[in-house]
Amino acid sequence: MFQNYNTNNVKLKHIITDNVVILNSMKGVSPVAFDNNIRNDCVLDSFPLDTSASACCSPKSSHSDTLLAKYAKAGYVISHFVEKFIDTDAGQIPVVRRKLDFKDKVQTVKARLGVTRNNYRVSQGLYAIGEPDENSEVLVTANFKLTFDILRTNINQLNLWILVLDTLGVNVWCAAGKGTFSTQELVKRVQLSGLEKIVKHRRLILPQLSATGVRAKDVKTMCGFNVIYGPVRASDIQAFLRNGRKAEPCMRRVTFTFKERLILTPIELTVAFKSLLITVAALLFISGVNSELFSLQNNLGSGLLKSLERGFFSLIFLFIGFVSGAVVTPALLPFLPFKAFAAKGIVSGAIFSLLAIFFSSTSSLNIAAMAALSTFGITVSSWFAMNFTGATPFTSPSGVEKEMKQFIPIQAGGAILSLVLWIYSAF
Amino acid sequence: MRNMRYLEDVATLILNKEACVGCSLCTVVCPHGVFEMMDNKAVIVDLDGCMECGACVNNCPVYAIKVTPGVG
Repeated sequence: MFQNYNTNNVKLKHIITDNVVILNSMKGVSPVAFDNNIRNDCVLDSFPLDTSASACCSPKSSHSDTLLAKYAKAGYVISHFVEKFIDTDAGQIPVVRRKLDFKDKVQTVKARLGVTRNNYRVSQGLYAIGEPDENSEVLVTANFKLTFDILRTNINQLNLWILVLDTLGVNVWCAAGKGTFSTQELVKRVQLSGLEKIVKHRRLILPQLSATGVRAKDVKTMCGFNVIYGPVRASDIQAFLRNGRKAEPCMRRVTFTFKERLILTPIELTVAFKSLLITVAALLFISGVNSELFSLQNNLGSGLLKSLERGFFSLIFLFIGFVSGAVVTPALLPFLPFKAFAAKGIVSGAIFSLLAIFFSSTSSLNIAAMAALSTFGITVSSWFAMNFTGATPFTSPSGVEKEMKQFIPIQAGGAILSLVLWIYSAF
Repeated sequence: MRNMRYLEDVATLILNKEACVGCSLCTVVCPHGVFEMMDNKAVIVDLDGCMECGACVNNCPVYAIKVTPGVG
């Protein structure tokens, strides 16, 4: 089976195109994810190779330069995380590095901040890690680059095949929920990669969370491979394999630790950015209205000053409400009372708003203005806290629906009340 | 995750015990330990832990599990 298997005699396989179409972003399903679409199902023919030339020449060139010199093909780029290619009966397979380089790390930060999140993917298809052979296990994953990076950096010693599905650049769980990490896609990718020519066994190890999109029984019927659900987290994959493909109960449970909650908060800002900008404009406009501005006495100067002060305060409370709802509430989720996120947001928002009122008590704000500002801060906090239900791994859609029906009227009431009080306080 | 619970009595998870063939795949795929095996049959031991992800529904070989999530 592996007569051609020779790591020195490698050929080009890995390819990237930049043919991108953006679809709708996804909302309200499990953790973070966004969809878009890219097609790059290219299969290259074998590429003639002159090993003798590179063996004697250019000893100074870097590793990637050598790869490029050997495997360059018009229109394609070799991904920087590919260290070499190996030859198999199903063609050349790229071998990926086990460690992130500087470029990976910079890209990770950008994706976490939301800059590149919607289009951060690797090409689908079969990859190798280490020196896998016909008996090596096959791990299946999504083509979201963050997911791919987490998987490859969690395999320290093992030699494995990694089958990357086209999930439109979305993580495993969200892709499973949205139907792109599916039985059909898995079967298609198994067949296109020629996996049956590469491994003797008929096992695929899937991340447990992909079970939402995959029906194991149908995969077996359709392509003959047995699906084994591995652990939830990539960090448990080596223990799982050493343990005879058995997962401890703790490997099967989703967690939502402080760190996991906090890592999701920057994306909240990116997602909310547009609506925040509109709110800022509206607040400045509304706060500009006051009695002195319209009075018959010529008080335009002090009227403008009052407008500015009120605008400033309204923005401060918008900021407080946002941080309370989108950062503090997620971070302190298990410690805040009540089960509904909107209620947790009210608690957190009330604490921060009252503190802010206390510190601004020396200002010229009257009681009505203070009541308006604190109501506003609490409402904003409740809203963003409720938004976070879409980012957690334990909120059921039925529960979120119930919470929204209950709290959207309350939040709307809070918004109207604060608006009325705010305008009243200016006259 | 036992310290992080969402609303009670809202999950729409239903298990048909008669249909269950005891393969235990639901106990494998559930990310919140909602199922346990008792006398070679699956039972729901933590309904409020259910987030209606549908993994069990999808993988049950005899379609013994149902969930009808809302529009959350």
